[in-house]
Amino acid sequence: MGRPVAIIGSGQTYHGRRFDVTYPELVKEAVDALFEKTGISPDDIEGVVSGTMPSMMEGVALTHFYFAEVLRSVGKPIMKTETCGSTGISLAFTGYYWVASGMADLVLVVGSEKMNEGDSQATMTTVVEPFYQRYFIAGAPGVFSMQCQEWSTRFGIPEEKVREAATRITIDHHNDAFDNPYAHIKKRLTPEEVNNARIITYPIRLWDVCPNSDGACAMIFASEEMVKKYGLKPAWVKGVGYSGEEYWFGDSEKAIWQCAIDAAKQAYNMAGITNPRKELDVAEVYNPFTYQEMLYYECFGFCDFGEACDLVLKGVFSREGELPCDPSGGTLCTNPIGATGLNRVAEAALQVTGQAGDHQIPGAKLSLAHAMGGVDQYNGVMILGSKK
Amino acid sequence: MKKDFYTVSNVIRLPHKYAAGPTFTRFYNGLEEGKIYGTSCPSCKKTFVPARSFCPGCCANLDEWVEVSQEGEVVSWTYTDREFFGMPGKPPVVLALIRLDGTDCDFLHLIGGIDQDDLEKVKSSIKRGTRVRARWNDEKKGHMLDIKCFEPVS
Repeated sequence: MGRPVAIIGSGQTYHGRRFDVTYPELVKEAVDALFEKTGISPDDIEGVVSGTMPSMMEGVALTHFYFAEVLRSVGKPIMKTETCGSTGISLAFTGYYWVASGMADLVLVVGSEKMNEGDSQATMTTVVEPFYQRYFIAGAPGVFSMQCQEWSTRFGIPEEKVREAATRITIDHHNDAFDNPYAHIKKRLTPEEVNNARIITYPIRLWDVCPNSDGACAMIFASEEMVKKYGLKPAWVKGVGYSGEEYWFGDSEKAIWQCAIDAAKQAYNMAGITNPRKELDVAEVYNPFTYQEMLYYECFGFCDFGEACDLVLKGVFSREGELPCDPSGGTLCTNPIGATGLNRVAEAALQVTGQAGDHQIPGAKLSLAHAMGGVDQYNGVMILGSKK
Repeated sequence: MKKDFYTVSNVIRLPHKYAAGPTFTRFYNGLEEGKIYGTSCPSCKKTFVPARSFCPGCCANLDEWVEVSQEGEVVSWTYTDREFFGMPGKPPVVLALIRLDGTDCDFLHLIGGIDQDDLEKVKSSIKRGTRVRARWNDEKKGHMLDIKCFEPVS
């Protein structure tokens, strides 16, 4: 076990189609917001971690070189972390490991994406090898639709109930997004609008899917000494867990999804959590698809397998519920992929430091952040707390 | 009013030629003969399809070749009437994970032989557990798409 580590500040950009700035300018917006908010001097940062999706997304390779100046990394060690959709949470882990190891006291971590400048679905197709599966995945939605079908039929959940619960989730999150100044898609949806929306990949319809967003997120990981020095409200890293499985889709089950279960278990064990639904105050679950959010509730032990739809319909995971999930609107409303997982961590940190503004869960002391990467291949979970 | 700024366009075209290696080559040769080959791991006691050069469980080199069944059960499926990058044909398409009889992983491929213009008809023809069988193209090229699709067994 390493030294105690805390997040002492974050900065996010406004999200959307950001054709008003270049990619480095977008990254600068998040980094500048972070330094302005914390009052920390960039000179005091000892190392920088940067991450994005594969280079094909924006057509510029090694983006951490492209961002060298705006990351304030000139003259400092810089690392790139890239794990597809879980890039953001992996970035947070990299910053955490660096400080926990004792090799640095203050590390800047930045995730970014400018999805609207390229072809995001084609980019994601290149995550898959060219010999066999690349023909058959229909981008990210195809894979996640098949996972959803595997899950709902595995537990015999009626199609209508799954639809009703997914509809509830998307309506809630798009409402929640109005309270998050950085969210991309904010919309008052009606059940009719959601249920009759065009099919992307059955059973996923338009409002079950996250958008293509441009945005960046920056964060500082600090040692206990730096927490004291700057006097900023810390979100302590209480637990981390990351687990993966075989590369090919079809080699492992995705309903009772072992790598999601194991990632959460590792993080809970480290944080001493035995009853996550009771002990956690808020969770920022990676939810690029409505259905997947419910699957995670089950894999993370928020409820039993096959039970998530019923509990969603009872409001257990909504803003006023027992365990509010994604009060920021989540990935479903804002998805700059390389930053998305880090946004989850930033939001979880804002919650336990009482700085989440209009979407603050009152009195939140323990939160969960999560992201998933690859063709349903990896999951990462981080637990944050207001107390060390 | 929001000002519009310039954009700069750029197309990157990078052709690749991938080495398929002996295992994929033998698997493709099998497709050319209308056969689907897998490899088995003696220690994990599992059969994988397509054939693997190494076991995904224990990483042992695999050289126990088996011709696997061309029939199996649908585990999961999806339908789309939208065109996605790299798709082998025009939509609508039905994609599925299929557990071929006697194998220990799901095989990802296309579903055919059903009316795909109407989602309701697709839903009534394809469910978890539906038995399907490989349908081959007349002309085979030693390619993944020599198998045209998997069709419900009537």
